[in-house]
Amino acid sequence: MSIGSISRRELMTTTVAMAGLSISPALAQDSDTTGLRFDGQPEVAFRVNGVDYRLALDARVTLLDLLRERLNLTGTKKGCNFGECGACTVHLDGRRVNACLVLAASLDGREVTTIEGLADGDKLHPVQQAFIDHDGLQCGFCTPGQVMSATALIAEGHAGSDAEIREWMSGNLCRCSAYPQIVDAVRAAASNKVGSAT
Amino acid sequence: MQSFSYARASTLPDVLAAGAQPETMFLAGGTELLNWMRLGIAAPERIVDIGRLEGLDRIEPLPDGGLRIGALVRLNDAAQHEAVMRDYPVLSQAILKAASPQLRNLATIGGNPVQRTRCAYFRSEDKLPCNKREPGSGCSALHGINDRHAIFGWTEACVAVQPADPPVALAALDAVFVTEHRDGGRRIPATEFHTLPDKRPQDHNVLRRGELITAIELPAPAHRSAYLKIRERESYEYATVSAAAALEIDGSTIRRARIALGSVAHRPWRLKAAEERLAGTSIEDRAALRAAIEMSFADARPLSHNAYKIPLAKNAALRVIETAARMPS
Repeated sequence: MSIGSISRRELMTTTVAMAGLSISPALAQDSDTTGLRFDGQPEVAFRVNGVDYRLALDARVTLLDLLRERLNLTGTKKGCNFGECGACTVHLDGRRVNACLVLAASLDGREVTTIEGLADGDKLHPVQQAFIDHDGLQCGFCTPGQVMSATALIAEGHAGSDAEIREWMSGNLCRCSAYPQIVDAVRAAASNKVGSAT
Repeated sequence: MQSFSYARASTLPDVLAAGAQPETMFLAGGTELLNWMRLGIAAPERIVDIGRLEGLDRIEPLPDGGLRIGALVRLNDAAQHEAVMRDYPVLSQAILKAASPQLRNLATIGGNPVQRTRCAYFRSEDKLPCNKREPGSGCSALHGINDRHAIFGWTEACVAVQPADPPVALAALDAVFVTEHRDGGRRIPATEFHTLPDKRPQDHNVLRRGELITAIELPAPAHRSAYLKIRERESYEYATVSAAAALEIDGSTIRRARIALGSVAHRPWRLKAAEERLAGTSIEDRAALRAAIEMSFADARPLSHNAYKIPLAKNAALRVIETAARMPS
């Protein structure tokens, strides 16, 4: 899919890079009588998919927007942006969370794994492969979140039965309603004893 | 979202000093605060991140046989803790029926009771009359869509319900919320933490500015306890009505019963009259159980769309009593 000679992804990348130029160093620091240092643009050091970053970010930026808009990791999807749909599920220090509900400012010293961090080179993570093998998707928008949730679910030990899988996958909505195939994929992946990448 | 400045605290005195300043809010799990800021329900100038305060993420036995759960214990960790599962099944069940696995990995046991009502008028992105959003503006739900709203304790100023599950279990267990404040902490019974709209409908709970829940203390174990959540989906949905019970039974005779209903009022609703009547009643005498529950519904008042909640709540109370009675002692 291309617009003239530039692809949609390239256009987005260029735009993000240009936006990045406007990032300014920490501003609006506000020392307080309480001993805390309040900062409107705190500097944060964190690791995503094994890569270390140190950035000054507006205090309002969420982990989800950090991933998509700053780091160009667009595999993590923005569905509702209210913690209701699960499309933005990532692993934070090895546990699945909704990236839209985590302030990037709180990430200092922490480690994030996204869907881009699951595969081993060109070899898909077994849970990714299981979703393909079992037709666990139609439009695919919720799939990164489903896969991140499923890898965590298996590592947590919550794949004991179909009912347990359904319950512990309930935080990931699929508007195409591929739920039966998703359960099939999670069950198959769990029986191969594959788990979280983190 | 309005801009704010952020600081991460590492000591409790820092938190309490900062929290006493105006326009300052605490950030723990973040599952509510971020959405409040998106909706304009809250617009703090400063956020104090308390998420890494040391010592608040532990679960410890109390000398009297109870259990102390630090406020920063994540919901999933509290629900799956060995002592909670073994001694307080009602709490473990209530937590695991709340929210989703991802949300329960973020949300804390101390932050959860501070969750605000899900009333759609309160949460509206367009500004609608709501005495909780803007005191004096009126209540859109009173004569609007109120099928999910209160049947107990409401006033014309506010008919919203408290939606959280864990506080219903905590109310049935007679848990205590331990707080700290720059001017001194206190111990708040779980049954008195949330406010009814009779005096100040804009309030959600009794916390003062800068007051922080640091722990939740549970009294003696309640093995025969259970939680029932009625909702429109099997999972990941707020309760239409929920019910928590903690029983002490001798043979088939109830010695002591504690029952709380959720999503029927702006606080977990203890069925005190029923509890008194149930002492001495046989768990097998369903007619007597029903008669006891009936006593606590004398002051139930339906709104235009929610009369169905009254029989639903009575049946939920009956079922949860019978379920709790079957739990191993």
